[in-house]
Amino acid sequence: MTRYIIRRLAWMVLVLFGVAAVTFVIAFLVPGDPARLYAGPNASPASVAIIHHQLGLDRPVFVQFTDYLWRVLHLDFGFSYRYSAPVLPAILQRFPATAELAIAGVLVEVIVGLPIGILAATRPGSIWDRITMIFTFVTLAAPPFWLGLIFLYVFGALVPIFPLGGYGDGAPQYLFLPALTLGLGGAGYYARLLRAVLLDILPKDYIRTARAKGATARTVMFQHALPNALTVLITQLGMDLGYFLAGVVVIETVFAWPGIGKQAVDAIFNLDIPLVMGTVLFGAVLIVTANVAVDIAYTFIDPRVRYEA
Amino acid sequence: MPTPILQVRDLRTQFAMPDGIIKAVDGVSFDLYPGESLGIVGESGSGKSVTALSLLRLVPEPGRIVGGKVMFRNEDLLQITEQEIREIRGRDIAMIFQDPQSSLNPVRRIGFQVDEAMRAHGTSMAEARARTIELLKKVRIPAAESRVKDFPHQLSGGMRQRAMTAMGLANAPAILLADEPTTALDVTVQAQILELLGDLNRELGTAIVMITHNMGVVAGLCSRVMVMYAGRIVEEGPVEQIFDNPQHPYTWSLLKSIPRVDALRHERLRSIEGMAPDLSNPPSGCSFHPRCPFRIEKCFTKEPELIEVGSEQRAACWVTMERARREMGADSLIDIRPGAGSGVHPVEET
Repeated sequence: MTRYIIRRLAWMVLVLFGVAAVTFVIAFLVPGDPARLYAGPNASPASVAIIHHQLGLDRPVFVQFTDYLWRVLHLDFGFSYRYSAPVLPAILQRFPATAELAIAGVLVEVIVGLPIGILAATRPGSIWDRITMIFTFVTLAAPPFWLGLIFLYVFGALVPIFPLGGYGDGAPQYLFLPALTLGLGGAGYYARLLRAVLLDILPKDYIRTARAKGATARTVMFQHALPNALTVLITQLGMDLGYFLAGVVVIETVFAWPGIGKQAVDAIFNLDIPLVMGTVLFGAVLIVTANVAVDIAYTFIDPRVRYEA
Repeated sequence: MPTPILQVRDLRTQFAMPDGIIKAVDGVSFDLYPGESLGIVGESGSGKSVTALSLLRLVPEPGRIVGGKVMFRNEDLLQITEQEIREIRGRDIAMIFQDPQSSLNPVRRIGFQVDEAMRAHGTSMAEARARTIELLKKVRIPAAESRVKDFPHQLSGGMRQRAMTAMGLANAPAILLADEPTTALDVTVQAQILELLGDLNRELGTAIVMITHNMGVVAGLCSRVMVMYAGRIVEEGPVEQIFDNPQHPYTWSLLKSIPRVDALRHERLRSIEGMAPDLSNPPSGCSFHPRCPFRIEKCFTKEPELIEVGSEQRAACWVTMERARREMGADSLIDIRPGAGSGVHPVEET
């Protein structure tokens, strides 16, 4: 089991190296001279040249890259042109808002999606099954920005129960609509996923054994079927959480949510390359970490993985 | 004769498949007496497992029990509510399955799965666990106290089958339906499990219905046997009598196809020609006639009913082996291909 975890961690380092390389190359390919952006539109060519040299942009690419990696290893993600401040603290300052939204979004996915999936799987082909599947279809198909705007219009403007976006210093009513918008599409996906997984599990021999013992339908579902569906759910959940934590650009923008996604969008418009690179790398770390966490979680959920590894 | 504990009358279970209705169980009737052990034999697809599953209403989709009665303690198990049948499952009538690899939940511990048989019927957690350990010892699982914490994949095939057997016996049921409990095991383990079932049958007085395709298993454990073919009972009677003097050509062929150590060298092992019939489109008349060496014209058109052919022995056949021996020289027959021994040779089917 320890070997398994070490293998996963080694793999994680490799992936992060790859991500760092790709972000570096992309930044390198972006047109425009960072030194010019940094110096501002009114700077003389001479001062731009000096800044160009100061930023090390006149050095060979390879040297720049190793230098970049070295700094990243020391948690130095660079210097934001726009804020004239280090990138990492800027990201970390915005991160709690994103984390809050991401966790709330995953909760919505689970709280809405799982019961619907279970309901649909228990009575396949029934009217319930069809209604829930239409619901999931609609939530899956609706683009989040559109869903967000509809929610804002209906619950913010028409019937003003919730505020029209913003963070409101973390007051829960501000979180509700963005979390719902974020989680609803996922909830539909979870419902479908769980339905499919359960429909695969329910005809299994061990389910029949449980029923033959006289177990209630409830016990069969919650003690036998769901634990077997858990690996699939956790996989998806971990990936979603990582993905959400990395910044949900669209929803943060629609709801003016001050997270890292919104910040990254602003950074793109301002050609603040170090901040964009920093956010991408930061997000990648979160996604990869979530994946490895899922892999390790398997060993606790499925005893077969634990011993085979 | 004592009163039967279970009376099955004209049980019919069908599966609605895209290419037609499959009559998996087609009018099966039998009685089960307290403490007896009844064997149900037949090839794969003869309807023996579906018969057992129907008794507890555990037939998988798209199967439907479309008719019949299953009388147990003055109640028709096919008519009572889902809640009532649930209470009977595992408590009064338990069932154990073949292939414990797939029949045990891979992510739950053995202890939990045995406990559950009792917990489902109101036993407290502590009491159930104590009894689980006792049961595991009874089915001769070594180090039962620590084995309860194991997952199924940590046990050998034989041990898994023992654990499964422990589940079936947890509530000392009146009836145990054993669906090929030894099929997936090697012969020595098979013998141990059969011995175990035999002991339990004698000690606890549990009536056992043993479903198998193995005549040897029946010989070792059962006192009475039912032979099923294409969803129907074709012969039934006391085991010794059936083995000595089978009257249905199918039973006769089944017994002929068992390898024997005492067989003469030149005696060929016979297999039953052809394949089990397609139940969505069963043959006309007697469903065994396309494979029967002794068929006569009547077999093509009319379906035989079970009739008395000896004391307590009944068979569903127009010819029966007695006539086949007398008129068709059944015992000296080397070629047992369809129609080979028949005095009448109706048109060969393609």
